[in-house]
Order: sequence, then C-alpha cells, then structure tokens
Amino acid sequence: MRTEYDVIIVGGGPAGLAAACSAKETGAEHVLVIERDKEAGGILNQCIHNGFGLHYFKEELTGPEYAARFVKKAKSLGVSVMLDTMVLSVERGGVSASDGAGASGEERPWHVVTACNTAYGLVRLTGKAVVLAMGCRERPRGAVAIPGDRPAGIFTAGTAQRYMNIEGFMVGRRVVILGSGDIGLIMARRMTLEGAKVLACVELMPYCNGLNRNIVQCLNDYGIPLYLSHTVTNVEGLQRVERVTVSQVGSDRKPIQGTEIIFDCDTLLLSVGLIPENELTKQAGIPLDPATRGAVVHENMETKEPGVFSCGNVVHVHDLVDFVTAESQRAGKAAAEYAAGGSCGAGGRELSLKKGDHITYTVPQSIRLKNVEKNVEVSFRVNEILKDMEIQVLDNDKIICRYPREYMAPGEMEHVAVPRVLLEKASGDTLCVSVAPRKTDQVPACPERNENKEVLP
Amino acid sequence: MTELICIVCPKGCHLHVDEENGFAVTGNSCARGSEYGQTEMKNPTRVLTSVVRMSGGSAHCCPVKTNGGIPKKDIFAAMDLLKDVILTAPVAIGDRIVPDICGTGIAWVATKDIE
Repeated sequence: MRTEYDVIIVGGGPAGLAAACSAKETGAEHVLVIERDKEAGGILNQCIHNGFGLHYFKEELTGPEYAARFVKKAKSLGVSVMLDTMVLSVERGGVSASDGAGASGEERPWHVVTACNTAYGLVRLTGKAVVLAMGCRERPRGAVAIPGDRPAGIFTAGTAQRYMNIEGFMVGRRVVILGSGDIGLIMARRMTLEGAKVLACVELMPYCNGLNRNIVQCLNDYGIPLYLSHTVTNVEGLQRVERVTVSQVGSDRKPIQGTEIIFDCDTLLLSVGLIPENELTKQAGIPLDPATRGAVVHENMETKEPGVFSCGNVVHVHDLVDFVTAESQRAGKAAAEYAAGGSCGAGGRELSLKKGDHITYTVPQSIRLKNVEKNVEVSFRVNEILKDMEIQVLDNDKIICRYPREYMAPGEMEHVAVPRVLLEKASGDTLCVSVAPRKTDQVPACPERNENKEVLP
Repeated sequence: MTELICIVCPKGCHLHVDEENGFAVTGNSCARGSEYGQTEMKNPTRVLTSVVRMSGGSAHCCPVKTNGGIPKKDIFAAMDLLKDVILTAPVAIGDRIVPDICGTGIAWVATKDIE
C-alpha cells in the first residue's frame, strides 16, 4: 500500500471528489481520497430528489446521478479512493528535504494523516498537501433544547432521509417538521409522496430558511402549512411520539402563552441547521471563524496552516452542490500547486475582509493579491430578507464596487466577483463587504441576480 | 398578472406571468424560466423522485426519477406504479423501471448504478 501522496483529501463527498479531480488535472501524481462511508458521494447518495447540477452540468440531475459523474471522473483520472476508513488526525510531520522542498528551496513539512480501517488497521499516510472536505452534520434535538418527553419518533431530517432513501424504511405516518431548512422541506414532500400526512412545518424565524423553490414545490404543491415565528414547545408520548405542541413566538423569539396548537402525530423531524464537522481541523490547531464554524481561509481555500486546504460544507454551509464543486475545484488546484512546490501566493500583500451591515460572514476571510488572477469570488449570507439593496465593497468609507440585488434572503448564499484591478487600488489592508439601500439613479438597466455585474462608482 | 417563484433551478427567480397578454413572462433570467412560467399557468408538471426495492445486490433500494414532468394531477397515480416493483441487480443509470406513466409517455428510470 502506498503511504506517500502529493494530495490527501479527507472526505469523499462532492467537495472531496471535485478537489481530487482538480488536483489530478493540475498535475498532482498521487491523489488519495479517504471516505468513512462504504461508497463515495457523501450526502448526495441520499438526496434522491432532482435539482442538482444546473450550474455545473447545465442539466438537472438527482443527487446520486451528480455523485456518479464525479465518482466516474475521479476513477478515470486515477484518483485513489479509500472507503470505509476513518481519519483520526491530521498533523504537521517532519521535513523532507528532497521531496518536500518548495521551488525556492525552503524546506516544507509533510502532513501526516492518521486513519484506520478494517483492512489495514491503523495507518499513517503522508501528504505534501491536505484538503479537508469533511462536510457538516445536523444539529440534533439537544442543540435546540426542545422540552418534553423523549419517546421514539424524533429524527433529524437527514436521518429520516437516510432511513427512507437508502435503507428503505418508512419513518412515520403523521409528521410535524421543526425548522424550514432545505432538508426539512424536501422531507415534507418525500414523506407525503410515500403516503404520510405532514401536518405542519414550523419555523422559529419570521422567514423560511430554505430555498424559495423548495417552499413552492415541497410545501405549497401539497398544501402543507408553514408556520413562521412558531416553535415546538412540548413533545408528549410514552413509547412513541403522540402529540406535539406548537406555539407562536414573539419578536424576542420566546413562546407566547395562549397561542398553543396541538398536533396529534407520531413523528417529529428536525431541520434546524447544520454544523461544519471540524473536529480534525480543531485538533490540528487550525483557526476557525466563529461566524462560519469553518476554517478561516484565503482566496484559494488554503487555511492558516500552509499546505492544508479546506472546501465545501466544512468551510461554510452551502445551498447548492454546484457551488461546492466550484469552490472545491479551486482548493484542489491550489493543493496540487502547493504539492508541486508552488508558493500559493504567500508573502505578498494581504487584504482581510470585514463584515459590514447585514452580512453574517464572508468566505474567504482574507485575500492574497498575488494569488488573484482576474477576479476573486467572495461568498456570504445576509441576516434578514432584503429588497432593492446593493452589495458594496468598501475601502475605509470609499465604495470600490457595488452589485445591485432585487432580493436577498438568509436562506440563499450570495456571491460577488471582485476584480483584481479594484483590489489593488485599496489604500489599507482591510476591505469591508456591506449591504445598503440602492440609490435609484445608479440602477443599471437590467439587474440580474447572481450575474455579478459590477457597477463602478 | 400572476406572481410565481420559478422552481426550474435553485436560483428561485420571482416571475410575473401576464395571462391577458399571451402568458408573457417577466422577471426570469433564462429561457427555461419563461417556459416554466407558461407551463405552470397552463398545465403544471413536476419531475418526481422515489426509491424502489432491490432484491440481491449491494443496496436495499434503488433511487428512481421520472424522465420528464408529470402533470400535477397524476402525481399520486405515478407514485402508486412503484408500489409493487422489486428490481434485481445489476441496475444502471437510465434503466427504464416503468415505461409509461399514466399515458404521458414519460418513464420511471433508475438514477443509480447498482451492482
């Protein structure tokens, strides 16, 4: 068994597979993907619904189809995939002067990935570069502190999805869903189609957390009511869930007495958010951003640890797999370049990105100018539903570029491409991404969402 | 004028369909959005997905989809067609599972290779 690789990728979901293919295409000779499940593809395997791939493949695929294309591509490119294997740690190893040295001749540490499986037991693998692509997991009941009994019949939406779509079990007949994340909405439709009655979808916030299209095609199509500004305040049942109480919440998000609605049901699904799975990242001492709960990354998805990259949902939770693929391709390419001795743009001018009004986070958090070709893509989310606004990139108080948006919502990630020429003009070492009301005289003729049309001031 | 949210892709454009003006669509950012706006007003359809049982093979279930939009009124009839289907491995992506759904000419097809 080979133990030395150019690029080792932790996680064989859409992020890991895209990074692996890109690393190979960039010229890395030995690329290894380590996956803990029995097959590659990650969460796509249980996302049997369609709507994947419209940006990347320009056609509408189901999750398993999207995964199959990348598994096939990785195979044809000669990527090694180690299945059923758990990575235990990623550490900085010793220096290999002959092989690990950069182009400039400086010595670089190898990265040691310790993993285990039933075939080899405990293995120590070394990689010149490592890509962390572990994805995320669901917030469970304990994380949202739902009062009441603890009977059977309470599942996270993703667990229910796995039971139904992979194992082939029906998880319930009368269902209440807490949270309006996409998986919850998708499961509302899925369970309805399989004969269950979905009584309600309950969301604490005054807006839906999922994509608009999922409200239309998963709830509205089947007449499932969405209760905004409501939450579950009691669960009753001895063996199995029998009753769930839902109450309205005030603007302080606390339940209002006297607004209780009681649902007789046997199942409660939770779709209350995702947490990037960064145990390995933390253990490796790599700094995380408290806003994303993912690693702090540069423009090419390199973390603060040179040679360790991160991409996909483990960096920040995405809505669309297509964007995971695009981001991971950048990470894979950069990892291959680092493995080949490239500098990855370190050492030049660095701009850090600050969050302005309405912005909850930005990825990347810092931009190394040396590494930006024409544009740098910045992703972020807003904190509330916003209409007729513009995204501004500010250098102190000066707007260096602006992007009009008709509509923005926290459930939908925003992207802007900031041109290098504008970044170079920045006076300080900090830029701020902010959202402000649109000035009507500057509205271009036809503003389109996600088209990244810059309007220069 | 009817306001719709486009479901063709996850972008979710806010469409305006003008019924009195030959179902003219505005607010879309691609041709598929305009097509969706018109179909949604005249004869709404949906692509369905589900799973069917497997006997033998490496998986318990095989995911399937309809290879085209099914009229909304036929959704549950289309689902019923899968109730008693049991597939035997191997199955390949695109294999026809049920050839014609409710006379639409649209088929249930496999969306995963199972050995």
